[in-house]
Amino acid sequence: MPAKPLKDRKFDTRVQYLKYQVLREVARYAFEDRLLDVYTEIPKMIVKDKPTMRCCIYKERAIVAERIKLAMGGDKNNPNVIEVIDIACDECPMSGYNVTAACRGCLAHRCEDVCPRGAITVDEHQKAHIDKSKCVECGRCAQVCPYSAIVDEKRPCENACKIKAISMGENGEASIDNDTCISCGACVYQCPFGAIVDKSFILDVVDLIKKSEGNTKYKMYAVIAPSISSQFSYAKLGQVITGIQKLGFFHVVEAALGADMVAYEECKELAEKGFLTSSCCPAFVDYIEKKFPEMKEHISHNLSPAATIAKFIKQTSPGAKVVFIGPCTAKKMEFQKEHVHPYIDSAITFEELQALFDSRDMDINTLEEGVLDNASYYGRIFARSGGLSDAVAQGLKEREIEFDLKAVPCDGIEACRMALLKASKNALKGNFIEGMACTGGCIGGAGCLTHGEKNKADVDKYGMEAYEKTISDAIGMMK
Amino acid sequence: MKCTICIGSSCHLKGSRQIVEQLQYLVKENGLEDKVELGGTFCMGNCVNGVNVTLDDKLYSLTPETTKDFFEKEILSKV
Repeated sequence: MPAKPLKDRKFDTRVQYLKYQVLREVARYAFEDRLLDVYTEIPKMIVKDKPTMRCCIYKERAIVAERIKLAMGGDKNNPNVIEVIDIACDECPMSGYNVTAACRGCLAHRCEDVCPRGAITVDEHQKAHIDKSKCVECGRCAQVCPYSAIVDEKRPCENACKIKAISMGENGEASIDNDTCISCGACVYQCPFGAIVDKSFILDVVDLIKKSEGNTKYKMYAVIAPSISSQFSYAKLGQVITGIQKLGFFHVVEAALGADMVAYEECKELAEKGFLTSSCCPAFVDYIEKKFPEMKEHISHNLSPAATIAKFIKQTSPGAKVVFIGPCTAKKMEFQKEHVHPYIDSAITFEELQALFDSRDMDINTLEEGVLDNASYYGRIFARSGGLSDAVAQGLKEREIEFDLKAVPCDGIEACRMALLKASKNALKGNFIEGMACTGGCIGGAGCLTHGEKNKADVDKYGMEAYEKTISDAIGMMK
Repeated sequence: MKCTICIGSSCHLKGSRQIVEQLQYLVKENGLEDKVELGGTFCMGNCVNGVNVTLDDKLYSLTPETTKDFFEKEILSKV
């Protein structure tokens, strides 16, 4: 990656850039109907004559070849949309709690005293050592060391996966337990070697675009997530909209309008049932189904905002094809579900949208500004943690429903787990769980180009700019 | 009679909601709920001339101000 300052880059990391290069070239040749002839040559186009990342160009090319497979849809026998590229995994030799050089050889030996398994011994220089065969990784030694000399060295992927779906495979490579994984993509974004990747459906999207023959055979609709407001910061949102249309989409609609529709219905459902969890985040819903099946009956019956608006599009424009574009890898799992697939034909991320733009050599900076305005402030702020709860409160107010809302906005899957655990034991102080698997909400999604501190402010600003100020107004014309 | 109003972004910003609300009101006031079916759709591909409204496939260009006239001339007189 060119050594541009971070602020001028389209992506946070070089790993994203590498993934993007592959997606871009795959899409380019797919648009040109040459992919099958050329795809074996792409590794050589990306990895030239000198290694820049690994031991040699041959390994680099082999890994790029694996990335191409994922860009072309990945392993069809693996139902998970998140996959490990074994040969790209650096098999990080992290081994849990270790004593670092910061150990001063003190006299107190709190670490030794606190260890419940007698795993810590102190040598003749008073320095602590951990016997790995006895250690159970409880972490108490790390807590009591006054020098913070004992640290938990974990693999970045395992550390990112708060629900413990990743472990070390037989040969040391990362291994994902599909029965636990919720496809949130946290590991995808965190792996510093880019060894965990979300499968791409860009070829399906290119195919849909081509077969629509300029929207004459059927109309292509892009449903775009409100977190777009914190992305593509190098251009104007209106230019991104024009770019999407230039790719071959007939029209772009805000998923946030679906969010308005969801908020309007969800507040009523909540008042009727007395307790509810949100159903917007597919990773959160998957988590409940896998880990808290007894809580399943409390999941809101609403489709997610994207599916809700896609359903409306299909009703009002029969034959239309709908592609969701957002920050979310879990959406790639959600759209394939039986109850969603009739409405959403495919799902791609903002990373993949950037690759599609560049595969057509489109500089969106030079395009005229289109417009995107369907939803209200409340629909738009669904993109950040707490927004959905605000919208449900507003929905209750607008519909004049008497209900004492006690929302529990859960920012990230760990917070979700805590709230679900309490709720399953009737110990939760609240009656509405807003579950967002990604920290910060959708703006923290793994498919975002960039993740920054300003993202929340960007979403709020975008919300304020909405033409419609209330949920009822935004959905007024749909009844 | 089927009356479809464009609710795409461009028409939305030009006041399609106000037109929908007026038409909903006028249809109800004149007791035409059984005869006129109101609906929305995203984009009619004619954004420059919005707000676009179709009446049984014939395209009209409206503003919130011309909606009442349109209703009287094109809908009320023909049902």
